[in-house]
Amino acid sequence: MTARAWDGVAAVGSGILFGVGLVLSGMTRPEKVVGFLDVGGAWDPSLAFVMAGAIAVHVLAYRWTRARKAPLFTAKFGIPSRRDIDVKLLLGAGVFGVGWGMGGYCPGPGIVSLASGAAGPLVFVAAMLLGMLVTAKLEQLSAASSDRNGQQRAKVV
Amino acid sequence: MTQNFTPFSSLAGGVLIGLAASLLLVASGRIAGISGIVGGLLAPRAGDRAWRLLFLSGLIGAGLVMAALTPSAMTASPRTLGWVAAAGILVGVGTRLGNGCTSGHGVCGISRLAPRSLFATATFMATGVLTATLLRWLGAGS
Repeated sequence: MTARAWDGVAAVGSGILFGVGLVLSGMTRPEKVVGFLDVGGAWDPSLAFVMAGAIAVHVLAYRWTRARKAPLFTAKFGIPSRRDIDVKLLLGAGVFGVGWGMGGYCPGPGIVSLASGAAGPLVFVAAMLLGMLVTAKLEQLSAASSDRNGQQRAKVV
Repeated sequence: MTQNFTPFSSLAGGVLIGLAASLLLVASGRIAGISGIVGGLLAPRAGDRAWRLLFLSGLIGAGLVMAALTPSAMTASPRTLGWVAAAGILVGVGTRLGNGCTSGHGVCGISRLAPRSLFATATFMATGVLTATLLRWLGAGS
């Protein structure tokens, strides 16, 4: 098999492992997520164990990658390099958290729960895609207008 | 504390999520951030589409198998559909503005001690806790 084919196998395999993990962990039970976030209520700390387990494993994988120039089947690592903390990051994370606490779904569990055939996940994922599309559109427009402004300023100078 | 406390299955699920993210990183050099994987499909670049679709088909395929094996593991949201719809829009907007969600920032980014992910995770945990608490106080949403 070619490296490109193995890359595809890894993507499917990662998706499967991720999906099984989300269901097993309890993340596809929105009332449990809300019970975790509602620390002043009947607090259910289980979901802290999900993050702890995932990070404990992934820290090792990340350490392994640091000693290598490239991943197994592609040319390079696509690890984000930005380090600046800007308003957009914090605003976006804040808005995401409000939505998470409101519905009890973050993106992964919402998508996996589509498999249940229930209305909730379907409504959640459709609304999430709409929110993503609108945001991408607005970001495009704002980038285009700041480009134009930049060019105009350049002309004035 | 509630009797729904499930430390062992939650830890085991977390380990699987960590393995999933590790497989994608080690094999392909990619970050297993769900909102980023979906978001990248909405404005695809050449040659950057197939792996996203493959990942998501694995994710949903696993969901179908798990839904058949343990249907009780996927419950309905405690909120009404109107609240769920509003929540979905906020999650979509927020994860795109903030470049990530629970997986990309919360698992992958924290594992690298990436400063942006540490700040983002602290922020969405804080607003998530505030929102869930406030809705209970107000008796709203359900």
